[in-house]
This record gives sequence, C-alpha cells and structure tokens, in this order.
Amino acid sequence: MADISQHGPDGLDATRAHYYALVQKRRLYGGITLAIFVLLLVSGFMLADERNAGGFWSGLPHIFDFPADVVADTIPRLHLLPEHLLNYLPSLLETINIAAVSTLLGAVAAMVFSLLATRGLARWPRAIPLFRRAMDVMRAVPEIVIALMLIFVLGGGPVPAMIAIAFHTAGALGKLFSEVAENADLKPVEGLSSVGATWTQRMWLGVIPQVAPNWLSYGLLRFEINIRASAILGFVGAGGIGYELKNAMSWGQGKFDEAAAIFILLFLTIVLFDQLSSYARHKLAGPGAH
Amino acid sequence: MELAARYAEAETAINRKKLLAFGVPGLILLYFIYIFFAFDVPGLIDRARPENAQILLRDTWSYKTHVTRDNRNGEMSYAVEGERKGAYPEGERPEWVRSAGDATVVDLGRGRVATFLPGNAVELVIPGARTIEARLDGRRVVTNLSEPYPDYVSASNTRLQVTLPGARLTFTRSRTETFRYFGGWELFFFTLDSPYHGHGLGSILFGEQIDPARSNIAGAWHDFWQNPMWMHSAVAWAMFETVLMAFLGTFGAALISLPIAFMAAKNFAPLAAVRFAFRRVFDFLRGVDGLIWTIVLSRAFGPGPLTGSLAILLTDTGSFGKMFSEALENVDKKQIDGVASTGAARLHRYRFGVIPQVAPVLLSQVLYYLESNTRSATIIGAITGGGIGLLLTQAMITQKDWEEVTYYIVLVVLMVMAMDSLSGWLRRRLIKGD
Repeated sequence: MADISQHGPDGLDATRAHYYALVQKRRLYGGITLAIFVLLLVSGFMLADERNAGGFWSGLPHIFDFPADVVADTIPRLHLLPEHLLNYLPSLLETINIAAVSTLLGAVAAMVFSLLATRGLARWPRAIPLFRRAMDVMRAVPEIVIALMLIFVLGGGPVPAMIAIAFHTAGALGKLFSEVAENADLKPVEGLSSVGATWTQRMWLGVIPQVAPNWLSYGLLRFEINIRASAILGFVGAGGIGYELKNAMSWGQGKFDEAAAIFILLFLTIVLFDQLSSYARHKLAGPGAH
Repeated sequence: MELAARYAEAETAINRKKLLAFGVPGLILLYFIYIFFAFDVPGLIDRARPENAQILLRDTWSYKTHVTRDNRNGEMSYAVEGERKGAYPEGERPEWVRSAGDATVVDLGRGRVATFLPGNAVELVIPGARTIEARLDGRRVVTNLSEPYPDYVSASNTRLQVTLPGARLTFTRSRTETFRYFGGWELFFFTLDSPYHGHGLGSILFGEQIDPARSNIAGAWHDFWQNPMWMHSAVAWAMFETVLMAFLGTFGAALISLPIAFMAAKNFAPLAAVRFAFRRVFDFLRGVDGLIWTIVLSRAFGPGPLTGSLAILLTDTGSFGKMFSEALENVDKKQIDGVASTGAARLHRYRFGVIPQVAPVLLSQVLYYLESNTRSATIIGAITGGGIGLLLTQAMITQKDWEEVTYYIVLVVLMVMAMDSLSGWLRRRLIKGD
C-alpha cells in the first residue's frame, strides 16, 4: 500500500497495467500448457487406437458382450455356483497366502534396507547411496519378470510368485519406510547410544517403536496391492486363483460359469481387504493417513 | 496402597508388551512353517532344475555360434545361435573353422578340436582324454566308446552328445552339429549380412563409404535400427507403447475422476444417497481390478495398447475417485467462503476456492501413480498383448533368448527409473513452484 501511494495516481495505473499484463501472461502460459496436454492426450489416444487390434468405436458396442456371455452361461447353472465357489476357495487361499508371505518377507527386508538408507540412522553412512540405488532397482523390476524367470528354473507354483512379489515389495516399502524413519526423533537413539547400545539395539528399541504405526499402515496398503499382483501373476502361470481363471477362460464360450465364480471370489476378496486395510489404517494413523 | 495398585498396573502393562513382543514374531514364525508345507517347498527343491538356472545365467552374457553339417547332403552352415537371422552369408564362416582337404576342422577352444570328416564321420580331440570318434553306419550311430561313458558323454544308437564347458558336439543321423560359446551379446549392432558388420563407430562416421549405394550414416542407422536379430525399432516402439498406456490411463483417470469426486465428498454432495452411490461405483471399479478389466476389455477391443490404457484408466478412476474425494473432504472452508463473499458463482468458487487447495495433493498422487502404472503397463501388456511386456514374455517363453530377456529387463528397469525421476522432478517443480 505504502509503495503504491508513493507513485501517485499514475504509478497506480502503471502498477495495475503491469499486474494485468502478468496475469495475462500467466493465463496464456497456463492455457498453452493445458492445450499441449490435451493435444498429447488426444493424439496419444488416437495412436493407441490405431495400434490396437480392434478399434475403440467399433469395440465400444461390444464392451458388454463378454460380461453378458458370462452371465448367460451362469444363470442356467446357478445351482452349481456354490459348489464352484467352494472348489476355488483353496486356490483363493493360495493367492492370499502368496500376498501375505511376500508382504511379510518384503517388509522385513524393507525394514533393514530403509534403516541402512536413512540419513542419521544408517549403520554405514557412506553406503547410503548404495542401498538407495539398490531399492530403486528392486522397485523398478516388474514382478512378472522375476516370476517368469523363476518359473523357468523352479517350475510353476506359488514360490516363484512369492519371491517375485517380495523382491518388489522390499524396494517399494523400503523407500516409504525410509521416508518415515527420516522424521523419527533421534533423542531416544542418542540416549541408547550413551548407554552403549549396539546399532541393532538402537534401531530396535529407539526407532522401530516410533515408526511402527506408520510402517504398519504402509505394510497393510502393500498387502492389498500384493493381493492384486499375486492374482495377476497366477494368470501367467504362478499358481493361485489367477491360474484357475486362465484355465476357466480357455474352456471357451458356454462354460464361463466357473470363470464367473472366480470373478466373484476375486472381487469380494479385493473389496474385503480394501475395506479392512483402509479401516485398520485409519485406526492406526487417524484420518488423512495414506 | 496406591503404590501397590500402580505396581500392579505397570506389571500388567509390561506383561502385555512382553506377550506382544514374543507373541507376534511367534505367530509369524508359525505362519511361515504352515506356508513352508502349504507351498510344498521340500517338493520344490526336488523339482527345481538347476541346469536351467545355469543356462539362464550363461545365456545372459554369452552367445553361441553353431557349425552344422547336414548329414544327408554334406552341406555346411554357420549361424549365430543357430538361427537363420544370424547366419553367415554364403561363402563366409567364422575364423575358428578351417578346411583340411575334404574335412572341416572346428577349433572349440582350450585345445579341443572337432573334425567333420567326409563320409559322415566326426572326430573330437579333447586334451587329457580319449579322442572320440563317431560315424554313421547305415542308419546307426557307431562310436569308439564303450560303456561306462564319461559323464560328459551321452550316447545311443541314434545319437551322440558330448557336452564340454563352453562347447558341445551333437551327432545324429540327420546332422552333425557343434557350437562354441563366446562372451557378449551377439550381433547387437549389425547382423552378419550387413556390410557394416565388423566396422567400428569411427570408420562408419569418418571412414570411406562402405556400401556404395548408401551413405555411411544413413545405411548404418538403417541396418542397426532394422537389425532382424534384436529388432531395435520394434523394441523402441514397444517401450513407447508402454509409456503411452501408463500416460493415457493415469491422466485419463485423473480427468474423469476429478469432477466425479465432488459428488462423493461429504461437503460437496449434500445428498447422502448420491454420495453413497458414487462411492460404491469407485469401490466397484477398484475391486474388479486391472486383471479382470483387461480380460473384459480385450474381448471387446482386441489386444493392443488401447485395451491396456483403458484397463488402467478404469482401475485408477476408482482409486483416484476415492483419494480425491477424501482430499476434498479435508479442504478448508474459509477459503471457499472468502471467494463466495466476492459474489463468485459456484463454478468460480470451486475453481478458485477448492482447486488451489487440493491441487498439490492430487497432482502428487497422480504423478506417483504415473510411475507405478508404467510398471503395471508392462504387466498388463504381457496379458493383453502390447508394449514391452509382450516382447518380454515372448522372449521368455522361447526359453532360449535369455540375452534378449536381459536386454528387455535392463530397458524396463531404466524406463521405470526414468519415469520415477520424471514424476519426482515434476512433483517438486509443480508443487513448490506453484
């Protein structure tokens, strides 16, 4: 205000003009960015449409064909559905087990990695970049790559999927864990080191209790993601409900009632764990948690 | 009295902690024991094929060159990996193969020499071991070996196979074949039929014209880019398709879910029924999951990047819808009131009162998903048949092109890490710079 009054009425006009010019420029830049973005999106969509086997507009009317087939196959054999659901329960359990074990193993590895990669806590501060890069690489490798390689060596089954998901989880959780641990209060750690605690003791007694709720919350979120991942890996031959789904799909039209049972099981499981984990996470960290 | 009560209280608290400290790891241990048997780990150790691991590890960093004789007509052929794409042009052969009269002498390294003799016979000299001779007698394979065979030999009436470190010889009725391993990725730049094979970068850029019909740089680029063995142009396209799937899916979902999220937020949708309906829609989209969406969509649209991006779009519309509506519920009312007090219409209130508050949170979530979807697009591509995921699974299913698999894995890891840095950079720039 004081600034403007010094310039008198002319100065005020000049300031206003300058302000409007700035606003105009900002709007122009914003508009251009938005236009480029929309252009990219539209041209990308058209490109994807062109390279797809079937076009978007020709396929759109058929989008409900497959769900309709599944429903049509299921309705005349509705009485068999409970039996199918029961039949696929063990493979569903296997999928959930794969997710649970890989989350546990991955979380344990992530705990160690994240502490070793956090400034102020690391056992060997010079090796922090090394552990960070290692986590980046682990995070970047898609599960399917490791799973397929392990299937080649170990044969099909749940173990390749478990190892593959655990590997990725260690990298993904490691980064999040490390971000939480960075904000941990260092006073308990200093207190422990003043009484001669080893690094392991300092971490176990000084850091872990502080970060446990947040870590647990991230772990639960990962568990939910890993259930989806383990279902997908089953589809490429790693056991569980995904494998059964692939088989049920290959029987072709007229026999989709078993696929319907698997869809139902998968959907209910994902929704159940989604709700459970979001409830538990809200309990752990209060509203607004991740 | 009070002290005693406090003691008791502390004791129970400590006991509870003790129970937790030992009980939770104990339960996890029990669970692992159950898994050990449920996943049949002991049986897995029996079924594992360590020789496959050996093949995998060796093929990732080395390649083999085959020397083959058709035993029916005596024709010799030389090919990298035994593939036609890697064949030596007519009249050329590796320098470790030479002629001696009617015979062809193949140096297998470390002093081992295989000689393809006329009359469908073969001789293999191994230093420090007995020389192996084999010939075709009518329809039978006859060797100079007698049982028990050394462990690197397997022989029968129809087949002789000698497996040595870094080399192998196979002799059957129809053909005599030997191969030798070399380090590195074969023919990565040019295949053997290209005139530029064997030329360095310097001689291509600054040397004299190699192919009279084409300029060096254009010709070399064409031969490299269209390399039939590694298909660099197809790989680049596939990578681009994968990034495209992630980009379209993520930002498409963000654009669709932003307006809908208002309908699912407590403070913007006064009608509880509407809110409930939209939330269930989001739950449904998320719950069906990318796998099922991919299957359903690929039935309608066929395989390709469009199917993959739509599958990502549908799943993420559910995720974003939930996250955005939660973010909208946490906005500060004061800012909206401030905008409203200037007489702003509803759309302006949202544009200037709400969006600036939530934009950083939403943008950072969207960018985080962009990175994670690049990985998902690789996996979805493997199922729906598009992008680098398809190339990766195709190369893996052949179970022999492990060097290509390694190449693709390196590319995928670099791609995801690049997207990670890009999304981190954008996040920092857009959110702090705003």
